[in-house]
Amino acid sequence: MSKPRMFLLVPIDANTVIAGAREVKNRFSLEIGKRGLAGEAKVIETGSFGPADAGVVVAVQPDGVVYGRLAPDDVPRIVEEHLVKGRPYVERILPGEKPPPPPESEDARHTQLHGRVVLDNCGRIDPDSIEEYIANDGYFALGQALTAMTPAQVIEEVKASGLRGRGGAGFPTGLKWSFCAPVKAREKYVICNADEGEPGTFKDRLIMEGDPHKVLEGMAICAYAIGATRGYVYIRGEYAISIERMQRAIDAARAKGLLGRNIFGRGFNFDIEIRKGAGAYVCGEETALIESMEGKRGLPRLKPPFPAQSGFRGMPTNVNNVETLANVPAIIRRGAAWFKSLGTAGTPGTKVYTILGHINRPGLIEVPAGVTLREIIEEYGGGMQSGSFHMAQLGGTAGDILGREMLDVPLDYDALQKVGHSLGSGAILIMNESVNVRDFLHACLKFFHHESCGRCGPCRNGLHVLRDITGRLKDGKAYKDDPGLMQEVALALKSSAFCPLGQSPAAPIMSAWRYFKDDILSGVDSNAARPRMARSLRADLSAAI
Amino acid sequence: MSIAEIVEKHGNDRENLLQILHDLQDCSGDHSLHHDAMVQLSRIMNLTVADIVGTASFYSMFSLRPRGRHVIRLCESPPCYIKGSENILLALEKRLGVSVGGTTGDGLFTLETTSCLGVCGVAPAMMIDETVYGNLTEEKVNGIIDGLVKAA
Ligand SMILES: Cc1cc2nc3c(=O)[nH]c(=O)nc-3n(C[C@H](O)[C@H](O)[C@H](O)COP(=O)(O)O)c2cc1C
Ligand code: SF4
Ligand code: FES
Repeated sequence: MSKPRMFLLVPIDANTVIAGAREVKNRFSLEIGKRGLAGEAKVIETGSFGPADAGVVVAVQPDGVVYGRLAPDDVPRIVEEHLVKGRPYVERILPGEKPPPPPESEDARHTQLHGRVVLDNCGRIDPDSIEEYIANDGYFALGQALTAMTPAQVIEEVKASGLRGRGGAGFPTGLKWSFCAPVKAREKYVICNADEGEPGTFKDRLIMEGDPHKVLEGMAICAYAIGATRGYVYIRGEYAISIERMQRAIDAARAKGLLGRNIFGRGFNFDIEIRKGAGAYVCGEETALIESMEGKRGLPRLKPPFPAQSGFRGMPTNVNNVETLANVPAIIRRGAAWFKSLGTAGTPGTKVYTILGHINRPGLIEVPAGVTLREIIEEYGGGMQSGSFHMAQLGGTAGDILGREMLDVPLDYDALQKVGHSLGSGAILIMNESVNVRDFLHACLKFFHHESCGRCGPCRNGLHVLRDITGRLKDGKAYKDDPGLMQEVALALKSSAFCPLGQSPAAPIMSAWRYFKDDILSGVDSNAARPRMARSLRADLSAAI
Repeated sequence: MSIAEIVEKHGNDRENLLQILHDLQDCSGDHSLHHDAMVQLSRIMNLTVADIVGTASFYSMFSLRPRGRHVIRLCESPPCYIKGSENILLALEKRLGVSVGGTTGDGLFTLETTSCLGVCGVAPAMMIDETVYGNLTEEKVNGIIDGLVKAA
């Protein structure tokens, strides 16, 4: 059969399926077949390559044209105009999108747009095809690790790369593995944390939907390094497409002997299972996740012992985020030095962000660590959709709120720390003046209040108080001492809550106070008097925490 | 599937309780965990009823009360909030005549709110059963509900 001349890449992910991507894809296959172009143009189902709010998206390669907001009825026109006559159908072109390179071109792999590492295959290969993953260097790193490296060398390489955990805390990954590796036990586990409950974050979903084998390969390399024989992917229950794709990927890898017994003939046994979450943000915390995997309420455990000592079933367990694991194959294949050459000294490599809010092109981007907020808005987000920049929240609801002053600070763990902020989980929410900081804080506190697991007093009671204060601020009915009390309680939680969920509301509250003090104070009603009950509640609270 | 079969499928082990409860709820016909089913489950798995109910109640995807044929879960986390989820909630409440947690008289819809569904790129968003809907407007919401009513 002749080699296809054109490729139509159709991302099928949760965002595009909503808009009818499956129907559009089927229609393309039908129309192409009808016109006898089947040998020349190939329709490929892929994961997302970025845009999240552009309806059904199709990239035509090698022409470099990206169409968006397609309906099935646009398909005959595009086939007629573009595929047959070679004239792109301008009415449906998405401006400003750079398409992924064609799947089978020689230099496609390493001339990725923005130098992608984690997302290099996303939107380019068929996530359900293990062959395509393998054709793009897939499972090469696992083979390399198993045949040419000792577990200790793998850990050294990951350590040398400077890779830091992408689940929010930024803990050095190689170091984490080195805690688990020497522990002697009957069985050890690798858990991939795919709970992704942080509002505004959906990078892990798109990685799993776009390139599931990369996550599996990262897990297998980790397992070899620390001596684990079983792996689990804990995926939140709402992520139906991710669960399906990951399961098919596991089945395919097993069928090819890349999971299971005696992998690469090196006597290494490792298999992976999926565990489905049931809707609880706190289960993203690694010890709560382990409790949940044991079939219990997802209450965080006391640390130490850390999971590396005693985790799932009381055995040594290594928990890593999806994106962290997806970085591992490239590090092994191309070396720590290469990885370090990307990004900044404190945060090597790239960072995957989800950018959303009032910008023109919300979606998934992978950029070198250290770009600034301004660059993200202008270059990647296509500028503000309406109005001008008012504030941003970095790292999801548990993250800091930043004002205009911070537009030019490089986004890496260390540079942000210097100015008193942190990077968090990779969500960047951009807001224009239509959003009032008081309303926004209340929305954040409602979230925390809902998700508190209730295990410890400070969080259980404190979030109640904070939710009510922010509610009063929102309504312009706050008592005079509410702003002060809000900070007092937030800081008390930060120092006394059992787990980071209760500690983190201080981040949005204190940073909002830093940049938007006047806005917050405008929610105070100077005539409002605090009822007696509440005053004693306050005394109780200060006594309790 | 019977309760025993569900337990069999996943393995009779505490560890598999969440996976078992997922299936049990999917088979319930009203998107909920029935008390008598949990009593039966407690015997099969040798756990107390309180333990099973306590575990189930922790997770927002499980319901201990019967729900309508379609469960609407509107996201109210900050990224959807700034895109107007509050107005969408009002529109849903108006259209259905129930408030959050309520089920319509005909048993067709239960209205719930939820934390982030991970589709914030198309905020404001909601899930009805397994289907995600995004870029919601009042008009769009009414259209979706009309469609489901017609299909019922
Ligand atoms: C409340 C809470 C929620 C969390 N949610 C997630 C999550 O959804 N995904 C994730 O990878 N890590 C999450 N984490 C961080 C994990 O506890 C853990 O640090 C991470 O999975 C470690 O992986 P990494 O080292 O690769 O980043 C959460 C932490 C807390 C306190
Ligand atoms: S801080 Fe909140 S979420 Fe964490 S253990 Fe305490 S009650 Fe649970
Ligand atoms: S915030 Fe609504 S889907 Fe994420």
